[in-house]
Amino acid sequence: MQTIMVGIKRVVDYNVRVRVKPDGSGMATSGLKMSINPFDEIAIEAALRLKESGAFAQVLLVTIGPAEAEQQLRTGLAMGADRAIRVDASGELEPLTVARALHALALREQPGLVVLGKQAVDDDYGQTGQMLAALWDRPQATFASALTIDGNVATVTREIDAGLEMLEIELPAVVTTDLRLNQPRYVKLPEILKAKSKPLLVMPLASLGFPVAPQFTVHDYTSPPARGAGLRVKNVAELVAALNARGVLS
Amino acid sequence: MTRVLVVAEHDGARLDPSTAKCVRCALDLQPTALVVAVLAQSGADIAAQAARLAGVTDVALVDAPHNAAPLAAVLAPQLASLAGGFTHVLGPSSTFGKDLLPRIAALLGVGQISDVLAVLGPHSFRRPIYAGNAAVTVTADPERVVVATVRLASYTGVGSGPPAPVTQRTLDVAVPSHTRFVSRRGSGGARPDLMTAKRVVSGGRALGSAQGFQLVAELADELGAALGASRAAVDSGFVANDLQVGQTGKIIAPELYVAVGISGAIQHVTGIKDARTIVAINKDPEAPIFEIADIGLVADLFQAIPELIDTLRAQRALKP
Repeated sequence: MQTIMVGIKRVVDYNVRVRVKPDGSGMATSGLKMSINPFDEIAIEAALRLKESGAFAQVLLVTIGPAEAEQQLRTGLAMGADRAIRVDASGELEPLTVARALHALALREQPGLVVLGKQAVDDDYGQTGQMLAALWDRPQATFASALTIDGNVATVTREIDAGLEMLEIELPAVVTTDLRLNQPRYVKLPEILKAKSKPLLVMPLASLGFPVAPQFTVHDYTSPPARGAGLRVKNVAELVAALNARGVLS
Repeated sequence: MTRVLVVAEHDGARLDPSTAKCVRCALDLQPTALVVAVLAQSGADIAAQAARLAGVTDVALVDAPHNAAPLAAVLAPQLASLAGGFTHVLGPSSTFGKDLLPRIAALLGVGQISDVLAVLGPHSFRRPIYAGNAAVTVTADPERVVVATVRLASYTGVGSGPPAPVTQRTLDVAVPSHTRFVSRRGSGGARPDLMTAKRVVSGGRALGSAQGFQLVAELADELGAALGASRAAVDSGFVANDLQVGQTGKIIAPELYVAVGISGAIQHVTGIKDARTIVAINKDPEAPIFEIADIGLVADLFQAIPELIDTLRAQRALKP
């Protein structure tokens, strides 16, 4: 019986609109409500269900981030995860750095399955799971909308542009979650209290044994050009006339 | 010397239009070589299609039984091997490319630039963040290979040119057997493909049911349009998820987009804001979709849509 490892990221809450700083040096995120990246919350739920089905023994949550990210780890522990690791790091981390950190943790923890969100809703990179699978030399199944385990094999339904694709992957493997995989559970108050005593280990990023060197610089943040409101028509006849006038029906 | 390798997307028989868009993006890098890599079970026809894309200088064709299905774990080591000598590796920001390119990047020991909106220079790119609420410039290390996915809604495909040579390549690369393709199914139908259609009609939660959604389908068919849906309509079970338009679904740029009963949540608007003409039909005059629509009609859908279908049909009948 093995561990499922779930990687989570602390991000500005999905429902909060984030704006560019006036000087274009970044996003104005200070003071905004922070949450678990929604795709990662789905990953936690998927792991908990697999544990409850008896396929795995325990759920390990990991995050790479500052001390504040422990709030999100505690939320995940309250959902039902067994223990957590925070790799201490600050600032914007590139997906390759996160993947290398997760790889180091995977070698140490030997999970049977790693579940991650398909992308973070802040930087929208969508790379970490695939990169981890490459570094670990293990299977990947991205954008999962269904996941079952039978012995040493996971069967995953993937949401792709053309519809649905089903893959069989040998464990250990990396799965990234799409929105329709599940509906994450609500956390109950007693669980929040109980989560405070669950083990949470902190380790420095530098202790994982790889050099952290950013490859990109990110600058010149801008808001997208606004698309102005157009013509308001009163009825269907006017609508068709307006479409004809713009030449879009010919 | 800028040498660009473009990863071709295909369905085993035909080249996907996303490849012509990646070639357009690659040309902005002003490459001295622009090679399209076709990995397939039997890809001679696909390679011939890629060879005719304007600007392509060579097509590298790798035929192998293990390339029958597009499995990232199988394709990535082959492409990482092909990437030797290239300064850039580009692929589409479709689910195919999003799955594959990060795996190639990691094998090459580099990060990836996701969803390129524009090329500013050989190592400088614009890309969206926060669901399109902002864009940033990413500058990459010029000493390393650049691996990037191309945001398809930001590029039109190149046309055809004189055929480039096709080179058969045999790769001495071990591929894993730990990942197996089982099946693939689409929602099918005779309608145009949502990603590439010139016209798209989408429905939202206001349609009320799968049956109500038929009205939107009928309007799409009258316009010869692809069918789309908001996330709310998908979540309500009216239609399959592969019709979802928006940040968490498909990002599209048709010439005409008709939003029927869609409120216009930011994540939906992100998926359509590059459309040439946006039409919104909604009962609620305060719906945010009207803030971005070129033409807005406040009306009851169940009266307005049948009337619109009839009017369009009558107009079509009058045409010679």
